[in-house]
Amino acid sequence: MLSSKVINESHGQDSSYFLGWQEYEKNPFHETLNPSGIVQMGLAENQLSFDLIESWLDDHPEVLGLKKNEESVFKHLALFQDYHGLPAFKDAMAKFMEKIRGSKVKFNANKMVLTAGSTSANETLMFCLANPGDAFLIPAPYYPGFDRDLKWRTGVEIVPIHCVSSNGYKITKEALEDAYERAHKLNLNVKGVLITNPSNPLGTSTTRGELDLLLTFTSAKKIHMVSDEIYSGTVFDSPEFTSVLEVAKDKNMDLDEKIHVVYSLSKDLGLPGFRVGLIYSNNEKVVSAATKMSSFGLISSQTQHLLANLLSDERFTTKYLEVNRKRLRERRDRLVSGLKKAGIGCLKSNGGLFCWVDLRHLLKSNTFEAEHSLWTKIVCEVGLNISPGSSCHSDEPGWFRVCFANMSDQTLEVAMDRVHGFVEAMVMNTNHGKQKRTMWDSRRRSLINKWVSKLSSVQCESER
Amino acid sequence: MVALTAEKQDHNLLSRMAAGDGHGENSAYFDGWKAYEENPFHPIDRPDGVIQMGLAENQLCGDLMRKWVLEHPEASICTAEGVNQFSDIAIFQDYHGLPEFRQAVAKFMEKTRNNKVKFDPDRIVMSGGATGAHETVAFCLANPGDGFLVPTPYYPGFDRDLRWRTGVNLVPVTCHSSNGFKITVEALDAAYENARVPVKGLLITNPSNPLGTTLDRDCLKSLVKFTNDKGIHLIADEIYAATTFGESEFISVAEVIEEIPDCNRDLIHIVYSLSKDMGLPGLRVGIIYSYNNRVVQIARKMSSFGLVSSQTQHLIAKMLSDEDFVDEFIRKSKLRLAERHAELTTGLDGLGIGWLKAGAGLFIWMDLRNLLKTATFDSEMELWRVIVHKVKLNVSPGGSCHCHEPGWFRVCFANMDHQTMETALERIRVFTSQIEEESLKLTKQMAKKKKCWQSSLRLSFKDTRRFEEGFFSPHSPVPPSPLVRAQI
Repeated sequence: MLSSKVINESHGQDSSYFLGWQEYEKNPFHETLNPSGIVQMGLAENQLSFDLIESWLDDHPEVLGLKKNEESVFKHLALFQDYHGLPAFKDAMAKFMEKIRGSKVKFNANKMVLTAGSTSANETLMFCLANPGDAFLIPAPYYPGFDRDLKWRTGVEIVPIHCVSSNGYKITKEALEDAYERAHKLNLNVKGVLITNPSNPLGTSTTRGELDLLLTFTSAKKIHMVSDEIYSGTVFDSPEFTSVLEVAKDKNMDLDEKIHVVYSLSKDLGLPGFRVGLIYSNNEKVVSAATKMSSFGLISSQTQHLLANLLSDERFTTKYLEVNRKRLRERRDRLVSGLKKAGIGCLKSNGGLFCWVDLRHLLKSNTFEAEHSLWTKIVCEVGLNISPGSSCHSDEPGWFRVCFANMSDQTLEVAMDRVHGFVEAMVMNTNHGKQKRTMWDSRRRSLINKWVSKLSSVQCESER
Repeated sequence: MVALTAEKQDHNLLSRMAAGDGHGENSAYFDGWKAYEENPFHPIDRPDGVIQMGLAENQLCGDLMRKWVLEHPEASICTAEGVNQFSDIAIFQDYHGLPEFRQAVAKFMEKTRNNKVKFDPDRIVMSGGATGAHETVAFCLANPGDGFLVPTPYYPGFDRDLRWRTGVNLVPVTCHSSNGFKITVEALDAAYENARVPVKGLLITNPSNPLGTTLDRDCLKSLVKFTNDKGIHLIADEIYAATTFGESEFISVAEVIEEIPDCNRDLIHIVYSLSKDMGLPGLRVGIIYSYNNRVVQIARKMSSFGLVSSQTQHLIAKMLSDEDFVDEFIRKSKLRLAERHAELTTGLDGLGIGWLKAGAGLFIWMDLRNLLKTATFDSEMELWRVIVHKVKLNVSPGGSCHCHEPGWFRVCFANMDHQTMETALERIRVFTSQIEEESLKLTKQMAKKKKCWQSSLRLSFKDTRRFEEGFFSPHSPVPPSPLVRAQI
């Protein structure tokens, strides 16, 4: 009676990535109202710099009542549904993106397609670039949402490019060729490579060398290169952010019709609720088709108007980017040092809203089952929702993505205390008697059993 | 050779979907908009421009909306009164939507259905306008290659919204002017039996676009029964729910299923939006309301691809929970729609131009069959080109709405002020008097040649007489020659 998309549950939301969120929803931490609740560290949100935006709004009352030059623009906005978007908004976005790239790349508003978030941008690009059954190569580990956004309704497949911790997850020529071969062995026609730069979940920006390698590869294979640069404004450490478009320019490929960029304001500006995404492409046909498809998810004109005003204030955007980066770096440093005190290391990051944390030494065995077991414990008993590497298609068990930009300083302290307590307890368990281990084992076993047998829900016993 | 190779390469570089024309924008429906875009009417700056009568927008109550917005600064997260909510709203991306938004929309849907039925806020799923809603519903209910029955004539956008990326087909259910374009069970049965694809559902738009008619209770019941019996879905697009005026009553499918105790509600779904009833197409507020729990769940996951901006949810939640405002708005909107409709139809009556009797929507279904050279769609397109480029009115030809019979045109009236309406009517008056003059000339010429005319007022499309000039079809020689009003 329903489509196979509904029946097959191919939406990808049964992943632990989303299940952890569900556990958080049932028992969310609050400093005063629910201090023993689960701390949300599985949602990559940037909540550090709202005060800057709010004070800008205080200073610009004319945007507020939807008045422009004393005339109400409300009527114009209420009726404005042109999928080409508000010109002032696109121009402002182009300027903002240029600023993030240190003016090393120029953006032309006519090559921009506005979409309802990068969720919609990524799906739309797949609809434009690939047929059902075609494949895109994506460096793993990658953002769990891609399983839904890129594959679900499009019928496109993802073939991971294996990246490993031993070389800092660098994308290598061998890994690219290997992924390409594997796709062909599966009878999949490879249509392109999609990267997230800076990477989610790693928090590292793609180096110039890697970008050069990627463009050489995609050019040789005559396939597309899609770069999701949603975290471009969050790079707070060296190396500084390099866009694929900058390297393309160096290689005289700046008008190449197979290079496409996806962007959004959900991370850099911390405005995920507003649903602001875009596709940027030199390919006229892609821009034309994607623009028509954007009808299915246009950006509210009310939001375009607000952001056109906000982003065309250059003084504001310069200050915002600088302060935002500083606060992100400080927050990252606190997380890293807090984890270090507990004997836990992270991949060295230079951007993003999260760290890629190494808990391999806490695994009972070098397996994903052990990772799941550890994860369940961390969510249910320690009370931290973090994302297990397996949900990000990591090849090696024991890595977890831990977000740091969506909470107050106090909450981060609470989270660190819990981590320390947890690690101490694990050490004690290893060194002291069987009794605790038996209790631990049986609870852990029951949790694993519940987890393995019924992947659609996690049941946390309220223990804390 | 090189060019061919490049084109072929280009073709393979993109998906079939992007390279094809499934987007449906090559239809005459959109060509007229383009003509308008190139030369838009303005009473002072461009008095000879094209008047837009091809876009079904409700612009009659913008003043009420504006006043409310200015009087309620707390509804904006940008004002001093509202900015304390900024960060909460800005980070809110939960695809369930703001609870207060869903509650307010549910209440509004109840009001627009005269409070005869209750809507559950937990069944409200957001989408990128009704455009996004239709596509999502198609993704949920049908697989590529399946089909939905759709009564003709229908909204041209459906060709894109329901088919383009989903691979679903539309199977027309032919409706005829002879019975006022009513949907009959015979037509449904015939379409269902003869469909060459597996039929998964029936999509109706009630009130109808482009007809402006509403379905009566018996008809709705028969549609529910038909779909239930066949085990297929019934999707009711009720986007024009609050645009009824005069004596016309809107009955929602939600009301009718309450009267059918053994109705399988898993097959019932409603698509809604604020674009027409509230005149807010720019804010992209689309709603899927399904009685099927599984569809609600999955559609909600799919809504990630087209959520309503939280800033907009916040504004709408405040606006629609102001019950006094909503009641007043709906009341005034209906009055103004009735007035504007009357202005247009009285004008057309005076010129002897026929139109389908209907009491809803933002448009009328105009009958120009007797102006066609021949009863063909080629003739219709010829007439349409004259109307767009010479008379300078962008109207939508019935062929673009998949009407079975040529000669009908959708004419929108709610997107212009009184003066523009006057100008439009004047242009039609000039146009028809030119036709009369030409027709009289022709009549005299024909009389000289001693030809006989059919004296019946009702045109026969089987008449194969052709004319040497212009785009005129034969009609009574009684001067001043009236254009036949459609008999309903």
